[in-house]
Formats: sequence, C-alpha cells, structure tokens
Amino acid sequence: MSAGWTREQMAARAAQDIPDGSYVNLGIGIPELVTQFVPEGREFIYHTENGLLGMGPPPAEDEIDLDLMNAGKKYVTALPGAAYFHHADSFSMIRGGHIDVCVLGTMQVAANGDIANWSTGAPDAIPAVGGAMDLVQGVKRIFVITQHTTKTGEPKLVEKCSYPLTGPGVVSRIFSNLAVVDVTPNGFKVVELAPGITFEEVEKCTGAAILPPE
Amino acid sequence: MINKQCPSAAEAVADIADGSVVMIGGFGASGSPIELIHALIDQGAKDLTLINNNTGNGEVGLAALIANGQVSKMICSFPRSSQSKVFPALYRAGKIELELVPQGTLAERIRAAGSGIPAFFTPTTVGTVLATGKETREFDGRTYVMEPWLPADYALIKCEVADPMGNLTFNKTARNFSPIMCMAATTTIVQTRAMVAAGDIDPEHVVTPGIFVNRVVDVPHPIHEDSLIAEGAKYP
Repeated sequence: MSAGWTREQMAARAAQDIPDGSYVNLGIGIPELVTQFVPEGREFIYHTENGLLGMGPPPAEDEIDLDLMNAGKKYVTALPGAAYFHHADSFSMIRGGHIDVCVLGTMQVAANGDIANWSTGAPDAIPAVGGAMDLVQGVKRIFVITQHTTKTGEPKLVEKCSYPLTGPGVVSRIFSNLAVVDVTPNGFKVVELAPGITFEEVEKCTGAAILPPE
Repeated sequence: MINKQCPSAAEAVADIADGSVVMIGGFGASGSPIELIHALIDQGAKDLTLINNNTGNGEVGLAALIANGQVSKMICSFPRSSQSKVFPALYRAGKIELELVPQGTLAERIRAAGSGIPAFFTPTTVGTVLATGKETREFDGRTYVMEPWLPADYALIKCEVADPMGNLTFNKTARNFSPIMCMAATTTIVQTRAMVAAGDIDPEHVVTPGIFVNRVVDVPHPIHEDSLIAEGAKYP
C-alpha cells in the first residue's frame, strides 16, 4: 500500500495527542509502538496492570529479569522513579481515574464510541477478558489504534458492533491507517487524513456515517 | 515468640481438603509458587476451585495441577495464552468450569474479601454480556454493577523475603495478586526465597504484614516457571 500511515506512523500520530506528563497504559500490538515516538520535550509514564508504574523498554538479552514483565507477559525494565504495587492498587489507578490515556487495539469501534476488542463471541472460543473492561471504563481518555478495515476488507469502524462489547460509549479518538477520527455526539468525524488519502476513500472503508474534516 | 515457619512444602499443604477453594498467587509465570503447587499435586486433593489470573503454562505448576484432574473450576480473567494448552482442552471437552472475571474486578473481589466487604459496585462490565443477571445501581448518574467478595480457604503464595512473624516482601512484578490473596484466604501458605530473623525486615518496608500469613516455608532456590517451560519440563 502506497498511501496512508504505516503501523509506526499510526503510533507516532497517536503519541502527538498525548500531553506531557501523562500516565499512559498501552494495549498489546501497535499501541506498544507509541513508546518509540514520544514527541521531543515530552515525558510519558507507563503503567502496566500487573503492578508497575515507570515501565521502561525491553531489556538486553543478558539483562532479563524473570520477575519483571508487563501485562502482555513480555520482559521489561523499570526506569528510575518506578514503583511496584499489588493488583488491587494497580486497578485502583485504572478504575479510580488516575490513568490519563489508554491506547488500545480493537476489533470494532461503533459511531457512538462502543468498543469490542475482547471476544468474537464464537461458541468454541475460550473467553478471555483480562483488564480490558476495567481499562475502558476507568481511564480518562480511550484512544484506539487500528487498521481501518480487517484483512478481508470489512470495516472496523461500524454503526453498531456485532462482536460482544468491551464497554459502551468509551472511545474518544481513533488513529487508523487512513485517518484520525473522533467519536462525536454526531458520530464519526474525520479530524485529519493520512497523506494521499481522500475523505471519499475513508468514507468508503467506514461502516457508518462519517463527517468530513472541517 | 511467634514462629509461623513450616518445615516443608508437603507439610504446609497437607490439610488442604477435597473441594477447597484455593487462591494461587502469580501473574502468568511471575510469582507462581511452583514448589507449593507441586506439593499440592503430590498431596492429591481433588475437586478444587482455583483462583488465579490465568490457567498456567506448559505442563508444570498450575497447568500440571489442572492436568492432574484435581481442579473442577477456575476463576480467572485470562484463561488462555500461547503456552496454555491444558485448560483450553479440558474446557472445550466440558470437563472444567470457568468463571470469567475482569482482572480489576477479580483483584477487588479478592481485596474486598480480605477487608470484610461482602460486595461493591464497579463500572467494569456495564453494558456487556459479563454483567448479565447482575444487580446494577446508579450513583451520581452513572451505572455500576454489584460484585461480591471472593474469599478462599487457602492461598498459595511465593514471596522474596519472610520472617517468622509472617511479614513479607516481594520481588518486582512477582508481587501482583499475592498481597491481596494473603488477606482473603482463611489459611495463607507462603514459600519464601529468603527467611530472615524478626526485625531484619525494616517495618517501613513490610509489604504484607504477618497477620495475613499462617505458614511460611523456606524455599531458598525457587524454580521459576519460565525456566521449567524453557526446558520443556513436565510435572510429576
């Protein structure tokens, strides 16, 4: 694909909208790339559900500590000024509204801000929710980074989620490979188009009404 | 002087009866009390309800306990992972029950049990299938779901440093659910990497006060679940 944003560019674009000094929780996948694109002059403090504030980058192979991992069960480091705490404190940070921004991947987002990112609802699937439902209800601002459509071309921005919800009306902004899209009282609204992408292309790939940028 | 030390993992878990509800500390491999779990496998108690965030990895620890046919129900937030094969197979075969609880609600239900709070209201799961059948209430214009406390008969816990009073410290993110599980179980059984004398842990640095701990077993060289997985180990 020649036009639009890459995974890295989506993450970099999302990072632009996170204020300096924010406490940030990143979902697994593209959201993890946000750490590589912190804008010059800003500092984000990363929270991971399993009990660490001040999470740093992955360690060198010979510096791995088996007892220092993130919620995705990947080995990480702790930066100077980090803190460890137990799970109830960790989710008090989330549910109590102390985390400023959560960046998540998703399967679907609806025009009213509903998000479905934990289960396809398939009868043979092993249901697994983790901390997703706590995050979407507790964190002040929910950002989503996602491809605009599935691998088979189905829209991921939809009128109504067909998958089971993670939370209703919680998403504020979406960073896709085609555009930055806000969830507004009037539904989806394009804030910014990716380079080389027209509004008509975004509209065609979106499964709900979408307003053009101003 | 109080001394909660127990000479062996086998003696520490000996009285866990069939049908017990058992909390197991750890988040994935980190903080998993492998030696206590393997002692429970040797002991053989059946029809257990286990509470853990996950369902274990490979064929050791928690996964081995499930594979050994000792567990009838799992209460957890994330029962599958790339290295978790035992639980998914039994679940699909209808041989084990699952109560799926969002991670923060799981933590708070455990904390509530340890704090004598029978239920609480949380926004988590509002408007989702996981709130089906649960009581909801509005506070200041927002809807919340009622969740009950989650007590247990036993907790199996791994810590870093303990003293004979039962005061504990933990290692990095291996702390996770362990301190709240210590509070929520009737009998809390801890394995510690280092046993020190009373007074050697600075009271300012105690993470879990000894009042929440009943038995402490000295396990100076604990096996890490990740190391067992890496070598393809199987227990028993």
